[in-house]
Amino acid sequence: MSIDLKTIKHISKLSRISVDEKKAEKLAGDLNSIFDFIEKLNELKTDNVEPLTSVAETTLKLRSDEVKSKNLRDQVLKNSPKENEDYFVVPKVIE
Amino acid sequence: MSDITKQSLSELVENIKGKKLSSSEVTKAFVERSEKSKELNAYITEDYANALNKAKKFDEKPNLDLKLPGIPMAVKDLFCTRDLRTTAGSKILNNFVPTYESTVTQNIWNEGAILMGKLNCDEFAMGSSNETSFFGNVQNPIDKNLVPGGSSGGSSSAVAAQLTPITIGTDTGGSIRQPASFTGTVGLKPTYGSCSRYGIVAFASSLDQAGPMAQNVKDCALLQEVISTYDEKDSTSIDFKRNEYGKELTKDIKGKKIGIPKEYRVDGMPKEIEDLWKKGIEYAKDCGAEIIDISLPHTNYALPTYYIVAPAEASSNLARYDGVKYGFRAEGENLIDMYEKTRSEGFGAEVQRRIMIGTYVLSSGYYDAYYLKAQKVRKLIKNDFDDAYKKVDAILTPSTPSSAFKIGEKTNDPVSMYLNDIFTVPVNLAGLPGISIPAGHDAKGYPLGLQIIGKAFDEQNILNIAYAMEEKINFKNNITDWWIK
Repeated sequence: MSIDLKTIKHISKLSRISVDEKKAEKLAGDLNSIFDFIEKLNELKTDNVEPLTSVAETTLKLRSDEVKSKNLRDQVLKNSPKENEDYFVVPKVIE
Repeated sequence: MSDITKQSLSELVENIKGKKLSSSEVTKAFVERSEKSKELNAYITEDYANALNKAKKFDEKPNLDLKLPGIPMAVKDLFCTRDLRTTAGSKILNNFVPTYESTVTQNIWNEGAILMGKLNCDEFAMGSSNETSFFGNVQNPIDKNLVPGGSSGGSSSAVAAQLTPITIGTDTGGSIRQPASFTGTVGLKPTYGSCSRYGIVAFASSLDQAGPMAQNVKDCALLQEVISTYDEKDSTSIDFKRNEYGKELTKDIKGKKIGIPKEYRVDGMPKEIEDLWKKGIEYAKDCGAEIIDISLPHTNYALPTYYIVAPAEASSNLARYDGVKYGFRAEGENLIDMYEKTRSEGFGAEVQRRIMIGTYVLSSGYYDAYYLKAQKVRKLIKNDFDDAYKKVDAILTPSTPSSAFKIGEKTNDPVSMYLNDIFTVPVNLAGLPGISIPAGHDAKGYPLGLQIIGKAFDEQNILNIAYAMEEKINFKNNITDWWIK
C-alpha cells in the first residue's frame, strides 16, 4: 500500500495539524515506511481472535455521584492562553 | 561528607534516620552536583531554592519514620507537580503550571521526599533517545554525545550521573527499561494498574505505567513500595494486595523457573548481546534458578502492533491540545485555523507523525484493517505469555538489541529508532511487569542490560530475581565525570 499526498492532506485535516507541501512529502515518506513495517500483521489469521481492549482484567468500580472538588474556577482558568472574566476566549465563530 | 552523592538511596535513608546526615546536607550535595552538570541537560526545570528550603524545614522537625525522610528527588517532567511547570518535553506545554499533583509524586512527597526539579524526556514520551524533546538532547554520562535512551532519558542520565539519588520515569513501550539499560542503571516497569496514572501527561493510556529508576535493585524495590497504591482517581488502577517490596526483598530464588524465549534471538543482534544473555543464564543458574526453554511465537508482531495501538491512543489523548484551555496558542484567522496552527507549531515532528498515524488507523474505512487487527494480535501476544507462565515463574531476555548509540545516529529513520524497543514492547502490550538490570559492557565499554519479565502483579518475584542476579553480576558503572569542568 502507498499513502499519497492526497491522503496526507486528508489525515492532516482530521488531525487538525496544518501541513505544507514540503512537510506533506516528508510525512508521506515516513508514513509509508512505517506502514510497510506494520503490514507484517497481515501474515496472521485473526478471524476468531477476540480483540484485547484492556489488560486490566477488572470491571470498572462504581462510585457515588457527588461533588468532591468545588470552586475550581480560578484553577481551571489559570493556564488559559486568553480569557475574559470567567470565559476562555477563542476567535470569533458566529457572525 | 564529600561523597554524599555517591551513596545509594538506601544508604542515604539509613544515614538520615541515624542522624549522621541531615536532609539539608544531602539536598545541598545533590543540588550542587546538579548545578555543575548542566552540560548533561538532564533538567528541564530546576527547583533548587525551594528544595533547600524544604530540606531546612524537614530538619527543624524531622519525621524519621517516613520511608524517604528528607530525600531530594528530581522526577520526569511527565508527572504533574502542583505549582511547578510541567512540560512533557513539549513546546505546547512550555508554560503549563499544574494546579494539582499526580498521585505517584504525591505518594513520594507523603513519605518525606523533596522535589528538586523536573527531568528531560522525549516529547510526550514519544522517543527512544530523548532527541524529540523541545528542550534539547540529553547527554549520557557514560560518554559524550551518546544518547541516554528514552523516553525517560533525563531520568536515566540524572540517576547514572548521581544528580538525584533515585527517580521515577514512565514506560509505554520501554521508556524506563531501555534508558536504564543504556546508562547502567536499574529500571522497573510495574504491572499495568499498579501505579496510578492520575496526573501523568497521557500518551497511550492502555500501556502507560510509572515506575522507579535507581542505582540498584534494593533502592528500586523501596521506591516501588512507595509509589504503588490503589487510586480511585485512575479508573484502571487495580486493587490488589501489594507487597512491601523493599522489606520483603530476598536473594533466595532457589528453584524459581526462568524461561528463555527463543524468539528473542533476533536477526542481526550483535554477538555481544547474545553473549550477555548466555552469561545472564549462567548467573541465574548460579543463584539456584532452573532454566527452561520457552516459546513466545508472536514476538515478531509486537512492534507493528505497538505502532498501531500506541499512536491510535496518542492521537485521541493529544486531541485535547487545542490552544484554548491551556498551553501554547498560535493565533489564526478563525477557530479552525487557530487549532491547526497551534498544533502544527506546538508539536514536534515525531509527535505529529504519531498523531497522523493514529488518526489514519482510526479513520473511517481503516479501523478494522489496522486498529482492530492490532487489538487481535495484542490478544495473541498476551496469550503467548499466559501459556509460558504455566511453565515458568519469570522470563529472562536482553533489555535492548544494542548498547547506547550516538546522538543523531538514528534520527532520520523512524523505523530503525522503533526497533530499539523490540524486547520491551511485548511486556507493555501484555500489561506485565519487567525490570532491566545492568549486566555487562560491550567492546566500547558501554553498559548492557538484562530484562526479567514477571507475571502480572508479581513485582516481588522479579525484584528478588534481579536482586540475586545483581550480586552475582557485580556490575560497576564507568563514569568519569567528563562533563564537570
